[in-house]
Formats: sequence, structure tokens, C-alpha cells
Amino acid sequence: MPYIPHTPDDVQAMLQAIGADSIEDLFDEIPAHLKAGHGLDALPEGRGEMAVTRLMAERAEQDRFALSFLGGGAYAHHIPAAVWEIATRGEFYTAYTPYQAEASQGTLQVIYEYQTLIARLTGMDVSNASVYDGASGLAEAVLMSLRANRKSKSRKVLVPDALNPRYRSACEAIVSNQDVELVSVPFCTDAGQTLVDSLSPFEGEDYAALVISQPNYFGSLEDVDALTDWAHANGMLVIAVTNPTSLAILTPPGEWGEQGADVVVGEGQPLGVPLSSGGPYFGFMACKKKHVRQMPGRIIGRTVDMEGKQGFTLTLQAREQHIRRSKATSNICTNQGLAMTAATIYVSLLGPDGLASVAGHCHANTQKLADKLCAIDGVERAFSAPVFHEVALTLPQDADTVLARLAEKDILGGLSLAKDYSMKNAILVNSTEVHTEGDLDLFAQALKEVLA
Amino acid sequence: MSNETTLIFQHSRPGRSATAQAPKPVSEDQLSAIPASLRRKNKPGLPEVGELEVVRHYTNLSTKNFAIDKQFYPLGSCTMKYNPRGANRAAMLPGFLNRHPLAPASHSQGYLACLYELQNFLKEVTGMKGVSLAPMAGAQGEFAGVAMIRAYHEARGDDARTEILIPEAAHGTNPATAVMCGYKVREVPVGKDGDVDLEALKEACGPQTAGLMMTNPSTCGVFERQIEAISKAVHDAGGLLYYDGANLNAILGKVRPGDMGFDVIHMNLHKTFATPHGGGGPGAGPVGVSQRLLDYLPTPMAGLDEEAGDYHWIDTDTLPTSIGHLSAFMGNAGVLLRAYFYAMVLGREGMIRVGEYSTLAANYLLKRLEAIGCQAAYPERRASHEFILTFAKQAKDNHVTALDIAKRLLDYNQHAPTIYFPLLVPECFLIEPTETETKEAMDDFIDAMAKILEEANTNPETVTEAPFTQPVRRLDEVKAAKELDLVWSE
Amino acid sequence: MSEIPADLRYRDSHEWVRVEDDIAVVGISDHAQDAMGDLVFVELPEEGVVFAAGDEAGVVESVKAASDIYAPVSGEVVAVNEALEDEPELVNNEPYAGGWLFKIKMADSGELKEMLTADQYQEQIDSE
Ligand SMILES: Cc1ncc(COP(=O)(O)O)c(C=O)c1O
Repeated sequence: MPYIPHTPDDVQAMLQAIGADSIEDLFDEIPAHLKAGHGLDALPEGRGEMAVTRLMAERAEQDRFALSFLGGGAYAHHIPAAVWEIATRGEFYTAYTPYQAEASQGTLQVIYEYQTLIARLTGMDVSNASVYDGASGLAEAVLMSLRANRKSKSRKVLVPDALNPRYRSACEAIVSNQDVELVSVPFCTDAGQTLVDSLSPFEGEDYAALVISQPNYFGSLEDVDALTDWAHANGMLVIAVTNPTSLAILTPPGEWGEQGADVVVGEGQPLGVPLSSGGPYFGFMACKKKHVRQMPGRIIGRTVDMEGKQGFTLTLQAREQHIRRSKATSNICTNQGLAMTAATIYVSLLGPDGLASVAGHCHANTQKLADKLCAIDGVERAFSAPVFHEVALTLPQDADTVLARLAEKDILGGLSLAKDYSMKNAILVNSTEVHTEGDLDLFAQALKEVLA
Repeated sequence: MSNETTLIFQHSRPGRSATAQAPKPVSEDQLSAIPASLRRKNKPGLPEVGELEVVRHYTNLSTKNFAIDKQFYPLGSCTMKYNPRGANRAAMLPGFLNRHPLAPASHSQGYLACLYELQNFLKEVTGMKGVSLAPMAGAQGEFAGVAMIRAYHEARGDDARTEILIPEAAHGTNPATAVMCGYKVREVPVGKDGDVDLEALKEACGPQTAGLMMTNPSTCGVFERQIEAISKAVHDAGGLLYYDGANLNAILGKVRPGDMGFDVIHMNLHKTFATPHGGGGPGAGPVGVSQRLLDYLPTPMAGLDEEAGDYHWIDTDTLPTSIGHLSAFMGNAGVLLRAYFYAMVLGREGMIRVGEYSTLAANYLLKRLEAIGCQAAYPERRASHEFILTFAKQAKDNHVTALDIAKRLLDYNQHAPTIYFPLLVPECFLIEPTETETKEAMDDFIDAMAKILEEANTNPETVTEAPFTQPVRRLDEVKAAKELDLVWSE
Repeated sequence: MSEIPADLRYRDSHEWVRVEDDIAVVGISDHAQDAMGDLVFVELPEEGVVFAAGDEAGVVESVKAASDIYAPVSGEVVAVNEALEDEPELVNNEPYAGGWLFKIKMADSGELKEMLTADQYQEQIDSE
């Protein structure tokens, strides 16, 4: 019996202790006609680890290797071997949420270190212990801003069109049930940026918050200082959506404008978490100290034990569902602990300089790639704004067709902007430190052939 | 166990780093396209440490944890069963790990095949008509489920339904979810035998009822015997029935939620399907629905073109009535692959055995604990895969609380059960041994409990001041909450 | 045995009221603070807010619980106990004195009659 250790003698001894004749007797409180009968006939027979491993290895093999320049919110980075070797140690991998603090000091200290790393990267005062991912994290931040902005009575939040459309749609799906309205802010189609000018129609109106994405979906860098100051001048909170790698070299949201952002969220995946088909990743979430009681999710605090020794424990639990129930800040319970653990190890290995050079290479490679691709006839940058590690390009032909033909050559040459932005000929390409000069040339060569 | 108490930041020395890991620094010139005003002025205070120090620090920290791989971990409602290592290896195969979530279907056939088969597997096991794997944990599955209930009523123009009914013993995520979906919560009392108070429920049902959320077996550790009457009462009032699948382990292969009349369910794959809890997450909370909610399932889902034999994504462009995306991509994909591995290893017979042997283990543990003097909360009832003890007597007579006993268990190298949940039962333990523990492991736990009950009488301080053997003694939680220290400062 | 001053009025949700002219001083009872355990945070209403009797007016939090505070009478909040921001333990230590929560300028002192007397409140606690 896979993973069930009992011998027939064990089973007999247990039944005897219970005073039952058979295992079936233990289900005698269940109305008989509800019980099985169906026999689960459609299910396959069980197989051993060897057979299932082989099946899955063949499946994994089927997902053909390709040279990928896809980004759009998930990025390929080098992950030091130590990261997952340690994260998947049984002591981290098979522990539950650290409710019994004395028996969970390992996990608790890791979270405290993680909270510190995130606070320092984002320039904020406090961080929680992760939410599901960047997109759902934005939804949590939007809901949080409604609670935290005491001056506003609005259930509306300004969201730039240049935000990752996948964030927008997940956020919408989550917050719309509570009558929260996400109001679109257009971007400048020349620069590929959200300009303060385009905010003037919203001046004098009551919105709880303005979302600022740095970089935005097109990779463009926004004038975050001006946007932040505009929002604060108009009584709104600022929700920053950022890429954590970029924060090694870009101004942290805590220093945007005069007062800094109020809440910061983003996708933590670039910090040591594999692409893994979309998850598990983790959403990071940080805020100013004055808003901490409005933050969702677990938070760890440092304290002392009864002998005065340092220790770590869950704190501010009255915000959470297990205590506050219908009045909790969120329904989140299980979070993304293991991915967060991996990120803590990753950031510790790279340090401030290592992370800055990863960020630098991402930027430099993307610039180089854009130059190589733009050297092809008819290929141009779609926007004029400076970028971090992703760039929108216009092609002389239909983007979807070109991308499909590149895929036939096992090159995933970017994401089409046709569906989300009606930019039929535009693609979004990303490069990171994993690409060599040869990789970039291969892509350029292939694109040239496809366009010829 | 290690004494590592220093923080990684305290190991930091300027200029040190794991040099094998980072690429060489780029020149300022290569960054010139980024306006100076957008550049960071000071470098972030991240630790500067070598690779060995990092490995040693986190390895040492790990040893301070209890974990299924080390201890019996009978946390009720959490199903802490063995997490097969093979599942981890399979999910970490390079083909899966390096796949970008937006890679085209042409480069995702293997992955999509696994998801498609898992969807079908879960459909069959639960008796539901459709399954989406998108939600990232139990609570998000609940969210998806209640959002679908809302979408269903709205599509019918039935907008007077403003309330979700929830038994008072329910998990906190249930009421929190209902509110996130824009509903008011009305609690329904639970009777002395652990079943819902049916009369009170009937009274609470009405044209304002959008639905009822419940677990079965309930959070009281017993099978809700009136499930059909409950289902009828809610359905007659025009509401839908939501099944919180946290306790699915108890009935896997025995009773299917679909056959009990539930319209929508979520499963916790990190419980029932043996994926790890990772010290707090990640999980996966797929949802299953009956016919009438099929159109609202969250996307993306895996689809199969049977003629061509290839797999594709089903997204909002082909299912515009869907409640939409709950994450940027495809939920917790890697968790789904681990669950797929588990499902394939167990297969049909294995699934049936899960319910049987988890129930056997729980009833054995319950009877033996009663025999040594523990008080069951529902002594007349069979245990499901878990059961409740109450230590109200010890609290009154010896001033030894459930919390104290839980802490003392740690000294006996046993992880404590869930305590003070459900809130309904005073001074309670919710105990769930799971099907993967040996009889000897349970017997050790029983021995430890016997010793602690004895200590509670003869030497209560050893219990009320426990633990003594852990890296720290009991922590000052009041200080933690009053003098907030949430990030390190040098 | 918890203290229940005879000169105060009570709500079944454990708030007390002390009348000072047309002002109602509001707090939570000794029994309630004892049941909550060490308070770590008190959320108070803003001055100037107008409540109807029974409105949610604040929250008291301990490590393991949180409990809503309801306005016992209708009227405008004219003062809040700012000392609780740094010393929530005042509610534990002196629930009927330094641990008061807020003051309401009563709109209708007739509402006081609806509240429990000390004896009635004692009875309610006994029956819990
Ligand atoms: C009964 C019950 N419902 C719901 C949940 C929530 O699941 P999750 O933690 O995966 O969000 C849990 C587990 O924590 C539970 O025990």
C-alpha cells in the first residue's frame, strides 16, 4: 500500500482497540446510499514511483527546450544550486505554518530575515511573510488602500493601462466582488509611459489610491517621483508595483517623491524561484509602519522568551482570519513560504553587489538585444522611454505570425502586444543575465530570416 | 540542534559575497540609459556573506524546526501526511522547471497533459462535473467557489441574495472569504453532537441566502449525518452548497461531495494530495463544480482536442463567463505536478485506501487516548480522520490548559495537535494522525500524553512552564505585539 | 470575582457608561478585560464622529483575540483616551478609571434606561 505502513496484524490490533470488526464499520455514520457504489472506475490503476517518474520524465521532455526571451512578469535567472538544495531540506519543506513557535524557530527566523530583506530592498518599514503572487498581491494592496486611506471615502483606485494586463485582470477578478472600481489611466503612446499630464482629468476627485508600476509592462521606467507627489497632493495613497531585481539599482519606492510610496507589492519570482510554468512564486508586500495593521497575511516579530533569550513568533494575528474571521484583513491563510525561503537564501548569496550586477546585466543585455533586433529592416523600438530589462518593438509584419514562426525554430521571441493593446505588429522582449552574446545573435539571425 | 541565533545580517562583512554566483559587475557606461534620478542612491542593506556561510546559516536554522520528516505531526485540519520525495523530484525535472508560463502550447504539451489528467482525476474522485486547478491555496479556492456562486445568482438576475450561511465551528477562512466576495455572513449554531442545528439552519434560510459553506466531515471531526437535509434546506431556499475540502482525506474513495449534493468544492492538495506545506506554503486549492457552475470556473484550464490529440489552454476568450484569473499565470503549477505524481502512484485503489486508513488511525488514536483518561468532545461519535479532545477539566482542576499540554508535547518530541480550533469546544485539541503513520508512532504519542496527564496531577509546573528542551522557552507574545520589531536594524 | 461598580450602566456586550452631565464616558468592564487577557492594542473612533447606539465604535485586541466595541448610546464622540495608544494595558489595570475609551455627548439620555444595571449585568455574566 503506497505510503501506508500497516501490516495486517497492525490493522487487526487497531480494529480490536476500537472494538470494530472491519474498517467499513468505521463509516457506519454515513448514510449507506451516499457511499461509493461508483468505485472510482474511471481512475487509472496505481503505479510505483519508478513508472510514474518515467511517465513524468517523458512529459517533461516533451516540453521542448527553447531559447526564450519571454518576460511579462516571469523572468529566467541563474539560481545558485544551494538555494533549492537547502529550501527542500525536509525541515523546511515538510513543516507546517509556525504556529508552535518554540518548535519552529528555524522557519520563523527565516521569515524575519526575509521581512528585513524586503523592507530594505523596497525602502519600506515593514513587510509581511508573502502573499500568493504579484498579481493577487496587487489585489490585496488595493483592498488594503481602501482601509488605510482614512481621508478617502472612495472605492475607486486609479490603475495605469501600462500595468501588466495579467495583474489588472487578476486584480479585477478579486476586488470587483466588493464593488471596488479600477479606473484606467491611459499611457503616452509615444513614450510608453504614464504621464502626470494624463492624470489631470482625475484631479479633485476622490480616489483611494494610485497604482504605479516601475518598470511598467513595456519595460519603460516611469517618472515615479512626479506620479507619487501628484497622488499624495490629491489625497491618494501610492501603491507601487515593482520588480525586485530592479530595486538593486533603481530608487526604492520608499524614496519616491517627497513622501515615498505607501504600499509596495510585486512578484518575488526573480529572486531565486524557477519559472516552473508559473508557480509556485510568491508575492512580496511591504508598507509604511502606520499602515501595518491594515496589511494582510502573516507577520513575524522578534521578542524574548521567559528567560530573556531572543526568539521569533507570529504577531499582529488579530488582523488574520483565524482570529478576526469575517472582519479579517484578508482570507489568506496558507501563503508561499517555501518560495519565500528560497528567495531569502538567494538574496543572501548574491548580496547587494551581486544583485546589482544581475540587474545591470539584465539591463545591458536588453539594450544590446534591442540594438541587434532594431538593426533589422523595419524593426523599431515602439516607445521612446528608457527601459529596465524588457522592451517593446514594432515589427514590419503581424506579431503573432512572426512569433509562431520563431517558435518553430525553438526560439520564443517575446510576447505579442496584439491582444492586450491592439498593437498588431508589436512584441515585448526580455533578456537577463542568462543570455550570452551568442544567444542574442541567434535570436537576431532567426528574426531576420523570418522577416525576410 | 543548532544554537544559531545570529541573523544573516550579523554575519555580513563589507565586500564579502558568494562570488561564484553573480555575474561580473557592469560598467556605469552600460547603465547610462537609465536617468540618474531613477537610480538608487545608496546600496540596499543586504547581507554580504560567502557561500559557505549562507549554506551553514540556513542549514543550522532548518534544524530548529519540527517537520513531518522528523516528527509525528498530528495537526488537525492540516493532514500532515508523508510528502513523497519522488513527487518533488518529478516536479523539479528541468523540462517543467524551465518552462516559461507563457510558452506557447506547442512547447507545453507534456505539462498540459499532466494538468489535464489531474483535472479529470479530481473530477472523478469528487464526483463533480468540472475542475479548475487555478486557485493557489484553500482560501483562494474558497474565494473562487463563492465568486462562482455570486456569478451564478447574478447571471439569473437574482440579486437579492446577500448572505452566506456558515456553521459556527467553521474555519476562519470561510467567513473571511464570504466577505471578500461581498457577502454578509450569518453563523449557524452547531448542536451538542457536533452536527449542525438543522432547525436553526432552516430558519436562517430564505430569499437572502446565496449559499452555505461547510466541511464534511465537519471541523468537529465528525461526519455531518444530516447532510442531505441540509442540502435540501439550502437548495429549496434557492441557495447553493459549498464544500470546504480541507477534510476530504476522511472520505476519499468513500463518499463524493458531488454525490452529497454540493454544487461547488475546493480541495487542498497540500493536505489530501500530500504536497508539502513548506513552513507555511505554497499550497493549491483546485475547485470542482456541478453542471450549473461550469461556465464560471476560473481560468486558465487545460483542454484536449481529442481529434488532433493535442492539448491547449482554455482561457477567458473561449470562456467569457469565467470569474477570470486569480493569479498572473497558472496558479501553483509545481504543486499541481506534485499532486499529479501522488495521484498516479496511488491510483484508484490507493485513493480508496486513503479514506479508510486515515479513519482507522484516527479512531484507534481516539479510543486509546480515551482509555488513558482523555476526554473526547463527542464521545458518542465515530471519529472521522480527526477528532477533538477537551481539557476543560484539567484547566479547571489543575490550571493546566490545552496550550500547556501542547507545549509539553514538544518536550516529548511530538508536534502538538491543532489547539483552540474549533473555538466552539473549550480547551481543545484537534488531532489528525493521517494514514501514513505507523501504529508505533501513534503509540509513542499516546505514551507521551499519558505521562503529561500524570504530570498535570503530580507536578503541574513541568507542564505549565514547558517546553524545556526547545531552542527557546515560551515567548513573550505580548511584547511582540506591543513593541513591534518586524525588521532588523543594526 | 470581577468588579462591577454599582453606579455605572452596562451593555450586554460588556461596555460600561458613566454619566457626567450630558457626557457618557465609555469603557469595557473588568470582566471583559479579564476574559480578553493582556491587551496589546486599542482602536478608538475619531473625535467628531456621530454614532447611533449599537454602532461599532472601536476594537480591543489581545494576542489571541479581538473584540468589537459598540457605542452604548447615540451621540458625537467628543474625546478619546489617547493614553491607550502607548499603554493599552491601562484597560487591564484600571478598567473603570484610566482605562476609559471615549466620551460621547449624548443625543438622548433616555437610552441609558435601556442599559443594564450593575445587578442585571452581574446576572448576565453569571449565566454565561
Ligand atoms: C477547514 C479548513 N478550511 C480552509 C482552510 C484554508 O486552506 P489554506 O490554508 O490552504 O488557504 C484550512 C486550512 O488551513 C482548513 O483547515
